[in-house]
Amino acid sequence: MKQYDAIIIGAGHNGLTNAAYLAKAGLDVLVLEKNDYIGGAAVTRELEQGFKYSNCSYVCSMMRQAIHRDLDLARHGLVLVPYLGTVNFGDQLNDVLVDYPNESAGYNEWRRRNPHDADSRHRFETDLARYAQLIRKTLLRTPPDPTSFKPRDIHELLWLGKTFFSIGEKQLYEYIRFFTMSATEFLEEYFDDPLIKAAMASPGIIGTALGVDSPGSAYILLHHVMGDVDGNIGAWGLARGGMGAISNALMSAAKSHGAEVRTNSGVAQVLVENGKAAGVVLENGDELRSKIVVSNLDAKRTFTKIVDRKDIPERIFKQASNFKIRGSSGKVNIALSGLPKFIGVPDNRYINRGGQGFCGSLKTMEKAYDCWKRGTWSDDPFIESVIPSVWDPTVAPPGQHWMSNFIQYCPHELADGPWTPEKRDAFADSVINKIERYSPGFKDLIIHAEVRTPFEIENEVGLTEGNIFQGELTIDQLLFNRPFPGYSQYRMPVKNMYMCGSSTHPGGGVSSACGANAAREILMDLKKANTVPEDDFYDE
Amino acid sequence: MTSNLMTSHEAYTNEHGKLSPFHERQAERNVRGAWAEWNGYKFAEYYYDAQYEYFCVRNQCGTYDISPMQKYMIEGEQALAMLNRMVTRDLAKCKVGRAMYTVWCTEEGRLIDDGAVFRLADDKYMLTCGAPMIAWLRRAKLGFTNVTVTDVTDDIAALSIQGPTSYSVLRTLNLTGDDALETLKLFDVREFTFNGKPITVSRTGFTGDLGYELWVDPAHAIELWDAIYAQQDNYGVHPYGEAATDMLRIEAGFIMPFVDFNEAHKTIHFRHDHSPLELNLDWLVNFKKPMFNGKKALLEEAKTGPEYRLVKLDIEGNKPAEEAWLYADKNCTKEIGYVTSAMWSPVAKANIALAMVKPDALKGDIYAEIYYTQELRQKMKVAKCELKDKPFWAPERARAVPPFQY
Repeated sequence: MKQYDAIIIGAGHNGLTNAAYLAKAGLDVLVLEKNDYIGGAAVTRELEQGFKYSNCSYVCSMMRQAIHRDLDLARHGLVLVPYLGTVNFGDQLNDVLVDYPNESAGYNEWRRRNPHDADSRHRFETDLARYAQLIRKTLLRTPPDPTSFKPRDIHELLWLGKTFFSIGEKQLYEYIRFFTMSATEFLEEYFDDPLIKAAMASPGIIGTALGVDSPGSAYILLHHVMGDVDGNIGAWGLARGGMGAISNALMSAAKSHGAEVRTNSGVAQVLVENGKAAGVVLENGDELRSKIVVSNLDAKRTFTKIVDRKDIPERIFKQASNFKIRGSSGKVNIALSGLPKFIGVPDNRYINRGGQGFCGSLKTMEKAYDCWKRGTWSDDPFIESVIPSVWDPTVAPPGQHWMSNFIQYCPHELADGPWTPEKRDAFADSVINKIERYSPGFKDLIIHAEVRTPFEIENEVGLTEGNIFQGELTIDQLLFNRPFPGYSQYRMPVKNMYMCGSSTHPGGGVSSACGANAAREILMDLKKANTVPEDDFYDE
Repeated sequence: MTSNLMTSHEAYTNEHGKLSPFHERQAERNVRGAWAEWNGYKFAEYYYDAQYEYFCVRNQCGTYDISPMQKYMIEGEQALAMLNRMVTRDLAKCKVGRAMYTVWCTEEGRLIDDGAVFRLADDKYMLTCGAPMIAWLRRAKLGFTNVTVTDVTDDIAALSIQGPTSYSVLRTLNLTGDDALETLKLFDVREFTFNGKPITVSRTGFTGDLGYELWVDPAHAIELWDAIYAQQDNYGVHPYGEAATDMLRIEAGFIMPFVDFNEAHKTIHFRHDHSPLELNLDWLVNFKKPMFNGKKALLEEAKTGPEYRLVKLDIEGNKPAEEAWLYADKNCTKEIGYVTSAMWSPVAKANIALAMVKPDALKGDIYAEIYYTQELRQKMKVAKCELKDKPFWAPERARAVPPFQY
């Protein structure tokens, strides 16, 4: 029976990144995917003819440029296009805050609302950039184990300390406060204008089961603004051809180094022999053997579903069971016969087409969170929308569009029993009705809609509870605590078994960093030369 | 006041710059008021943002006003003989309905300019180039009878439309002609009718991508513009200026006068101009031709080897190596050349550059000494460079026949 050097469970973007780097080092690698398509949550799906939805993740900013470049993803067909000009809508119709692509135009827009905030924005962005710069440096590095006395861990800890102290004493205090603050508290220190605060707070709740008033939401905010596109810090890009273009390019790169990828191959169990991972058993009963096994699934799914409880310490089973991975977001992907127009938005082609933030106010967002806590959805949800087809000619027919609507919040389990198709439609109505309010006639443009609650995201993609980050990004689950204290270095309690998904450092987002970091650790254990590049920063 | 005094407006006519046939529409689109000049024409540096426009071309499509480019009709029995005596390529190989990129040199084999020659009929050529060439053409014509050279720069409005959706946009213009638009290969030139008016379409450009250049009577320029821009919401058409062009052409590996080479007639210092061999344009020099300007000098140079070679570099890190010196060693002690153009390429995700390097140094290591600033502090880094043979951006779609339709 053939023995692979490595089997990777899950062809999400991190699994494919991991495969590419292991194959590049000369390993015989097999990637197994349960679905009949690859990509995990970075996929492009044509569910209505001519419309190509990025039906899970929809924008990209954290993709490590060093990996993009090193794996030559451009040659494998990946082009990232920055998109600009998001419009934020307040609770009142006509109350519109435009995020102009041009700095001077943006200043004028803010000054019109509130001269104090327009000025304060500079300090806000500088502080945020300062914090982001530190976190960004850790992305393509393995977190040190603070309890270890290994020279490498001590060295990394010293580096981490030195890096954090480099911002100065006062800023360090601020930074430590920042980690446990709520987005609201953080923003109160800079802004007065309600819509400005709401718009700035929205990245603090995306994908997470926290409200704008919850401690820890300030960090989530940072997580969403620390990326960049070609050095434009905080900018977001679209993958030409949809998010699936990222996965496809990674797969093509992995294959060019000799990796094998098999779809329709769900893994039922990790084979453990003498305390060591020895391969996998597929759902169809086939047994595949390998020297190491890498799970791209989330930590909870890995250690409660596909690893036998008796093969791991009881503590890990408990920690995996209690891993904070609450589903809180939904998605409504809509095909449109034309470009929607929005009330109060100037007919300026640089702003009325990129993205829309239906944030309302901090109160509206917190109310939506209250609904989630009670196991229902808000009839006034927070929606972050993008119309990728305005920028990307490959994802919709000419003159027609598709709109990605990300909804915070949507519960994994409803208070009144399980999700049903009727409830799913009612959830979608809350979204469509809200957009219709700001864009009269919107409903008439709808050709097709795909509704995804955490239930669909869990069952189709495989993310436990439909949590988009494979585990929440709160400080108890970050850096050397991710996924579990003592297991942050990608090695798992079963020997020869590793994790490479977003459940590991640095967490959620299409960054390829988790997969690359895991590959570096694996190659170190196998005493192979490292193939993973160092990160490349613009601000150095 | 007497009538022969100029009005104050007239007194500044030369300062304002000539207006292109597309100016009226382009001025509406130039929301930032970012104007530059080209051959006396008022010309957009950018319309909204250089990087935005760059992405329009790589992702959708853009239009670039090439009306200020210099255009000359060379006609008559001896048109071919005259041009073939002037340029380095063999134009006898250029059939009617084809265009050729070429250069022309001084007697010393130094580059006067580069440009394109379009063969419109048996005895009719159009030469296009970046800078005025009428004086040189008049000298090149000496000794040839039965040939006329006409400066038609102001008589032809020209618009370049470049990018993956450019073909899809042109398709909507319902051009009629002997050949279908979709059959055009790279460097093909064809006559069509647009709304009953003649239009020349060439599959040419300066971006390395799928694209066309459109040549019409200036009287029909606005009509053409409006027909193209009627499609802007379907195919994402956006005007782009000089700044985006510079990014696009570096990725394609195309050279720019006064950036990558100095025109010989405008070069004061000895050998600060360039030969086509230095610019790695050997493929443009046809030594089998009986006689052409600079042949003797170039033959000599081909034997001894050029002083420099223009090469493509992929440089580690992300700091553009603008005006960087190149060295054979990391300590920067042995100088081997200099960078002429450099940029971070968003589509290739590479730190790219065109550079002049001494040929014997090409076998060894190449390091760039890059200077940049960070919050007013001068910084320097030495980055390893990798030689590249192929252009940084050369998608299949640029050559595909028929082109992909969106």
